[in-house]
Amino acid sequence: MEKNIISAQKVEFHYNNEYDENEAPKPIKQVLKGVSLDIPRGGFTAVLGHNGSGKSTIAKHMNAILLPCGGKVWVDGIDTCDEEMLFDIRSRVGMVFQNPDNQIVATIVEEDVAFALENMGVPPDEMRERVDDALKSVGMYEYREHSPHQLSGGQKQRVAIAGIIAMRPECIVLDEPTAMLDPKGRKEVLKTIRRLNNKFGITIILITHYMEEAALADRIVVMDNGEIIMDGVPRDVFSNVELMKKVGLDVPQVTELMYLLGKSGLPSDTHIIDEDECANALLKLLNE
Amino acid sequence: MLKDITIGQYFPGNSAVHRLDPRFKIIITGVFIGMLFSADGFLGLAVGAVFLLISFLLSQIPLKLMIKSLKPIVPIILFTSVLNIFFLDGVPLLRLGFIKITDEGLRTSAFMIIRIIALIMGSSLLTYTTSPIILTDAIERLLSPLKKIKLPVHELAMMMTIALRFIPTLIEETDKIMSAQKARGADMETGSLVQRAKALTPILIPLFVSAFRRAEELATAMECRCYRGGDGRTRLRQLHSTGADFFALGLSILFLDAVLLLNCLIG
Repeated sequence: MEKNIISAQKVEFHYNNEYDENEAPKPIKQVLKGVSLDIPRGGFTAVLGHNGSGKSTIAKHMNAILLPCGGKVWVDGIDTCDEEMLFDIRSRVGMVFQNPDNQIVATIVEEDVAFALENMGVPPDEMRERVDDALKSVGMYEYREHSPHQLSGGQKQRVAIAGIIAMRPECIVLDEPTAMLDPKGRKEVLKTIRRLNNKFGITIILITHYMEEAALADRIVVMDNGEIIMDGVPRDVFSNVELMKKVGLDVPQVTELMYLLGKSGLPSDTHIIDEDECANALLKLLNE
Repeated sequence: MLKDITIGQYFPGNSAVHRLDPRFKIIITGVFIGMLFSADGFLGLAVGAVFLLISFLLSQIPLKLMIKSLKPIVPIILFTSVLNIFFLDGVPLLRLGFIKITDEGLRTSAFMIIRIIALIMGSSLLTYTTSPIILTDAIERLLSPLKKIKLPVHELAMMMTIALRFIPTLIEETDKIMSAQKARGADMETGSLVQRAKALTPILIPLFVSAFRRAEELATAMECRCYRGGDGRTRLRQLHSTGADFFALGLSILFLDAVLLLNCLIG
């Protein structure tokens, strides 16, 4: 078994420009400029980046929705350019998108969760079991006979996640899954994601631009302008406050506070990312 | 306001008719239509009506709902009956200037009215007792032999399913766009018909743009879930035909035979 579920090497990508014959061809804009990234099994990785940083594009390379123009992507040791293995790749790495409305296919929750299994030709008895398991693992079992439009945004997104889990993938890529949700829905979805990672050992790749979400991960990859500019545990990544600001990203409020304190000459540690730690550090400062 | 629109007219329930295999229900509805159209006289229609009455009583659908289903066809009923009453030759019963009403005209128009009403009630019973999605599913299965002649049966059913799935979503979106345009001062309620039709443009264009965007995202999401058309697909919901299904089908064929027999005896 491969150590890394996903391994990208020097991936380059650009969209084909469309242009009139009369016009001069526009220069090709590279979306990804040689991205190399290994995702080990069982981890929870967050990919952070501003709009247009290429974070969604690299995500779409992880289950062969897009194929690299240069470089290679391996999923569980399979080259994503191998067309014959396409469905093996997609059943290993599932993908959840931003808008839950646009990824639910069926008019009944359980039918939607079964959609991938129906496509894969899973026998009906096994399908029933896998659908029920998937719905239970996202806490939506009671809603199995509802119609999707009766559900809230967070519930719909959990149904979409269940639809992926039913495939029993080793890895789930979530492309800004909370961007269209209200705070309550966001909390529900994040809780579900963490549970899947902790309890079922599913590898999670969370594409996001929310710092609070990225802070939940055990590794953060920061992208800017088609390149990876930082890669490390949240503490280390967020401690580079200036670099983060330069690429248009925020850091958690407590880290920013520590950074500002440090800038004004007080001894402080920007490796702090949670509120309790920050409170303790402030107490210590005040006592001195 | 738009939210009140319901597509299909499913009336949830758990009656004997609801529980029938949808494939059989479609075939039985076909047999019922056969009864109505093969009937030569009122007696034949009466046999069909009895069959309808039995199904209706078993289905536990409120009578009010059945009558409501007739509302959209009132103009058609009026139109056919007027044509039949005034323009059929026969023994004149009443003369008013150039208008005459004949016995044959009255008879035929009554016959047609009963036939149309029974037809609509029968097919409404099918849609009242079967949800649109199950209906689509059943049609896909009934038509699946046609795959052999390269008819894209699965694709058609998939299109139906997606259309049904997105109707509430798009209605909600239309509502939102309408409110947004009204907030910008769009006037949709006054003016001539042409003006009002023109006022729809700023609603339809954003709606179409968003529908295309949704379609693209949905296609990607379907690809991510290994969608590859109908080949080798299995289904979560299995349809099992039971004894009751065969009994119902047998009964409907019996009634059809009765109608045909009556035709022979009387005709």
